[in-house]
Amino acid sequence: MSYHTVTYAWERFDLVRAGADGLNAFVSVDRDGSRTEADRIMQAQHLGPLAGVPVAIKDNIATLTLPTTCASRMLAGYISPFEATAVQRLRLAGAVVIGKTNMDEFAMGSSTENSAYGPTRNPIDSSRVPGGSSGGSAAAVAAGVVAIALGSETGGSVRQPAAFCGVVGIKPTYGRVSRHGLVAYASSLDNIGVFGTSVHHAALGLQTIAGHDPLDATSAHRAVPRMIPEPSDASYPLRGIVVGRPAEYFPPSLDPRIRHHCDRALDQLRALGAEVRDVSLPNTDLAIPVYYIIAPAEASSNLARFDGVRYGRRARGEGLREMYERTRAEGFGAEVTRRILLGTYVLSAGYYDAYYRRAQAVRQRITQDFANVFTDGVHVLFTPTAPTTAFKLGGHADPYEMYLSDIFTVTANLAGIPAMSQPIGRVEGLPVGGQLMAAHFDEVIMLRVAGALERRLGAEAHQ
Amino acid sequence: MAVTEQDVRHVAQLARLGIDAAELPRLVSELNGILEHMDVLRQVALDALDASDADAGSAGIPLAMGMPLRPDGTPPIPLLHPRESFAPAMRDGFFLVPRLATHGTVGTSASDDLSTEDGE
Repeated sequence: MSYHTVTYAWERFDLVRAGADGLNAFVSVDRDGSRTEADRIMQAQHLGPLAGVPVAIKDNIATLTLPTTCASRMLAGYISPFEATAVQRLRLAGAVVIGKTNMDEFAMGSSTENSAYGPTRNPIDSSRVPGGSSGGSAAAVAAGVVAIALGSETGGSVRQPAAFCGVVGIKPTYGRVSRHGLVAYASSLDNIGVFGTSVHHAALGLQTIAGHDPLDATSAHRAVPRMIPEPSDASYPLRGIVVGRPAEYFPPSLDPRIRHHCDRALDQLRALGAEVRDVSLPNTDLAIPVYYIIAPAEASSNLARFDGVRYGRRARGEGLREMYERTRAEGFGAEVTRRILLGTYVLSAGYYDAYYRRAQAVRQRITQDFANVFTDGVHVLFTPTAPTTAFKLGGHADPYEMYLSDIFTVTANLAGIPAMSQPIGRVEGLPVGGQLMAAHFDEVIMLRVAGALERRLGAEAHQ
Repeated sequence: MAVTEQDVRHVAQLARLGIDAAELPRLVSELNGILEHMDVLRQVALDALDASDADAGSAGIPLAMGMPLRPDGTPPIPLLHPRESFAPAMRDGFFLVPRLATHGTVGTSASDDLSTEDGE
């Protein structure tokens, strides 16, 4: 076998101990198969744009060569009979899947601690979480094993771990990337997203997987523009761009050190020629209650399919009902159980109006808030990605405290708009993420601003 | 609107989740802790947007945002005759049939659990 980037990935994997004995970023790997595949690709006459590039895939995205377990006992050893469209498109471009990454079970969590395989550790500080739920993919990129990894987002599960690990994470517009092969958590909020070591790498990954797919009824019939930003030597490359600074994302309680880094990034955006404008998204404080009603409600329906008959694990029971109940009790972890119960409760008679119906109505208002701002001439919004830096493993014992990690990210999922996180500095050595959000299908402008900011910040993004 | 142990048992039954009785107090406490933060939505004034939701559908089933709702409960298995009347053999509520294929590479799976001396 020849030496190529996949060989390098495995050397790096061993060096940083990315497996179960170290970071625990991967739940299954394909060492031999990936090397053979890379050899085959590099000998081909026509090389794709990602020829021989090693990639990692979150374990809730279906692959043919490795199990897809969603980090759940329920799906231990489960091998999908088909492959996700996003993975197929990466392979068509020449990418090589080296492994599946750890995650919060069924993508329910913000720390990658809710995994049947045990928690993933943050490569920057192994006593801390990498964020979640796509913590394994973020850690794999941050540790230098891969330059591009796929994750999934329902309320910030790409952006928040990207912020905690100091890498770039993109959540595309709902409908931009096919969800075919993504195990459903909350279908109206779920997206496949991309991690990269830089804006360029993340954008390259997104460019590869974006576009309509007849296998996903919610994927959009829209042409995919070139989203990878070109470096500009112009003095003011963002002249004419209006950056909104929503007051609700900079509350008085915000950590002043995170505020400092955001202010610095906003100053750099001004220096690049952008106009920074104060704006308001007045329903922001309702986003967490709305999200934690709608997402569990949809989850309670989506996860009904894991009943011991159609997929994976089955427990013994006297009759069908007892078999269902035992299978699900044994197969699901604590957070998944909690969200199924919560979701079933808010949909049940007597509570539907009080919770679910109201949450849907307020979701519309949150969406309208964004529409108003973008209609008023704002091109992108800039905010912190998360209210804190990476916290200690076991640091958030109270479920609602954990839910608040998503306070700045759930809004983009509720509205379906594109959003991303990029490194903008460090606090006590821990990365801080800056978030950009744009109007529906306006990834081009979002990535252009991100690329210019990344170039301008240079090494400061990691200081 | 505090959740009780009875509520948790009820929704667990709807969700077909087996819940250990010893876990009920913890689940009640956690769900109440979460729902307490959701109550802020009850203070939001909803306007004309939701006016039609109170209407009943033609079958007397309440409508929400145009969606018909069904009563709580798990749907019955819609068969004209009981399964036992046409099954060649049954155990624990399942049909026993000859094994057609195995999925050896997938590891232990449902098909392994069903393989018995009757079915092999």
